Amino acid sequence: MSNLLTISLVISALHLALPILMPMLGGLISERSGVMNIGLEGMMLIGAFSAVLVTYFTGNPWLGLVGALASGVLSGSTLALMTVTLRGDQVVASAAINLIGAGLTAALIPVIWDVDGLTPSVEKIPTIRVPMLADLPYVGRIFSSLGMVDYACLALVVLVWWVLFRTDAGLRIRACGESAESADAAGIPVVRTRFLAVVASGVFGALGGAYLSIVTLDMFQASMTQGRGFLALAAMVFGKWRVWPGALACIAFGFADAIALRAQILWRDIPHELLIALPYVLALVALATFVGHASGPAGVGKPFARA
Amino acid sequence: MTMNSIVTPPQNRDVFTGRRQVRMDPAMLAETLGREADVAAAENPGFLPRLVGHFHALSGNLGGQVLTFTLTIAAALIASMPLIWIGGSDLWRAASALFGGALGSGPAIAETLVQMVPLLIAGLAVAVAFHASLFNIGVEGQLVFGGLVAGVAGASLDLPPALLMLVCIFAGMAGGAVFALIPALLKAYRGAHEVVTTIMMNFVAVAISEYAVSPTGPFVAADQPSATERVPDLARLPVIWEGTRLHAGLLVALAAVIVIMWVLYRTPAGFRLRLTGANQGAARASGVSIARVTILAMLASGALAGLAGAVQVLGVYGRFYAAFSPGYGFDAIAVALLGALSPVGVIASAFFFAVLHAGSVPLQAVAGISREMVGVVSGLVVAFVAAQPAALRLLSAMRRRFAGAMPPDGLAETEVSK
Repeated sequence: MSNLLTISLVISALHLALPILMPMLGGLISERSGVMNIGLEGMMLIGAFSAVLVTYFTGNPWLGLVGALASGVLSGSTLALMTVTLRGDQVVASAAINLIGAGLTAALIPVIWDVDGLTPSVEKIPTIRVPMLADLPYVGRIFSSLGMVDYACLALVVLVWWVLFRTDAGLRIRACGESAESADAAGIPVVRTRFLAVVASGVFGALGGAYLSIVTLDMFQASMTQGRGFLALAAMVFGKWRVWPGALACIAFGFADAIALRAQILWRDIPHELLIALPYVLALVALATFVGHASGPAGVGKPFARA
Repeated sequence: MTMNSIVTPPQNRDVFTGRRQVRMDPAMLAETLGREADVAAAENPGFLPRLVGHFHALSGNLGGQVLTFTLTIAAALIASMPLIWIGGSDLWRAASALFGGALGSGPAIAETLVQMVPLLIAGLAVAVAFHASLFNIGVEGQLVFGGLVAGVAGASLDLPPALLMLVCIFAGMAGGAVFALIPALLKAYRGAHEVVTTIMMNFVAVAISEYAVSPTGPFVAADQPSATERVPDLARLPVIWEGTRLHAGLLVALAAVIVIMWVLYRTPAGFRLRLTGANQGAARASGVSIARVTILAMLASGALAGLAGAVQVLGVYGRFYAAFSPGYGFDAIAVALLGALSPVGVIASAFFFAVLHAGSVPLQAVAGISREMVGVVSGLVVAFVAAQPAALRLLSAMRRRFAGAMPPDGLAETEVSK
């Protein structure tokens, strides 16, 4: 057991939690505005793919990150167009994003690179060491393993919390999610607010995908997100649509992932196929033992049209 | 009293014509009952009832259904054309590779029908859940697990062949149902959204089935990695077209269509299921147990998904392979939605996707377009189905405009956005 619980486990848990944490924030913003976004998985895949694509052709992973964010704007706008503007069914429309995201990215790999399933490796986003923090005893190793992107992601958690729960804009977003009619009566532009919230969720999803493809790894692989977009939704529900509990749930999933990886090396007699399922089982247990009925914002799933 | 007699189809069918009673459109009933019930249901908005209602509106009119089906396919195919050009091929070569490969000869048609079997059964699985306003994205996992259970039963039980075949089929159905039960219970009693839970179950199902046939797994075959031992030949579904792979699974699938049609449109249980899907508040107000309907609908959906897996194992491969499903369960979502959730419509849409699957092999060989393209087309189909209500709104607004009787903008909006 002492071999299992080490500081490097914490590090790998943190790195595995971030690609769940980012789409969780995206799902949270979207649902708080009243749009259920189960398309995060597809948005992550498109983001991860765009990051590698742009990095491959420009050689600059930072531009790759920008490309991923742009793809998030695109996939978010597509979903917003279908659900907010055209008032299509939110679950069905976002399922379409998932199918298109998985199919399109897998179909484009052979077209662009002439190989199946796996792109060649590209430049990764470098880890920039923060000197003061990295020199701290014991916890210094955690800080030295974190890069700019990690800090930015953690800052985004604070930012989302602050915007959603401490600003006017956040109050407007949440009003649209609770009761679009009341929000409209109060003069809030419901359609525009929801549209922007869904676009934001696309950007967060894409960021989570890019984290996997050019921060953790250095390539794109078909269906590489492995359900993290859905784990993010489970974390959001478990956190009762709040930022900090949801973030904790993501970190718990990160630990489950990290423990599964570590246990594979430590105890070879546990079949690793079953260990891989650990985060998903944990998510199911979390949803099952959940205290109280899961209830999101009251307006989720209801399209809004001005009467 | 009156409510009860509407919801439970009466035993004495002569009050109205019995046929009318059972076929009564739940969307209509929901409309009548739903006004007060909606207030009660407001804190728990069901997803998809609007979509279900939209399909009910379509289902009255065969011409409208065929038109919607054709337009959706056309839109999805047109939208996926850029892929053909990116792949460096031209339209004519791609189309002839696709349709020639899928329908060009007897054996090609047989192979298309082989592809159609799992899509049809899995499409029914998704459709049944949709009728109760449940989105079962877990059909893929239920299908894989059902296939595993059927394969293990076929390889390890020592029974007379005909009996073994039946046992395998029912084992597969039970396997799929068990995998659907957990999300069903979580939905009915914890309120956990079935989309998230069924997806989680997909990963669990894949993990279990990979473990079962991994080198150290309990059911791996001695002569073949990542597969179970063979099912005895006589216990497999027989070939029904000599010289091809087309097997009796096609008949099983068509039988499933008839059974599901009968259950959905001719039995009280099916009526309660559709009523719950059309308007949960109305269903609850008239004494339907939402929890029970949720569980039954998910069990039926999971059993069908498991049947699809079992039929694939018994009909095509004769054993369970870890990677035997190229995502049938996900294409099934598009199959169900394109078929407007009607069992007969699902036959047509399953055939369309079977053509894509069967034609995708020559398409890749001749026109260099990846097989993954099928996934893109299913995604586009789903997207266009999601956009259908908007298109219909647009159409009716245009019709009104041309009729000259144009109400003020606001009025038109509220009227059609219900």
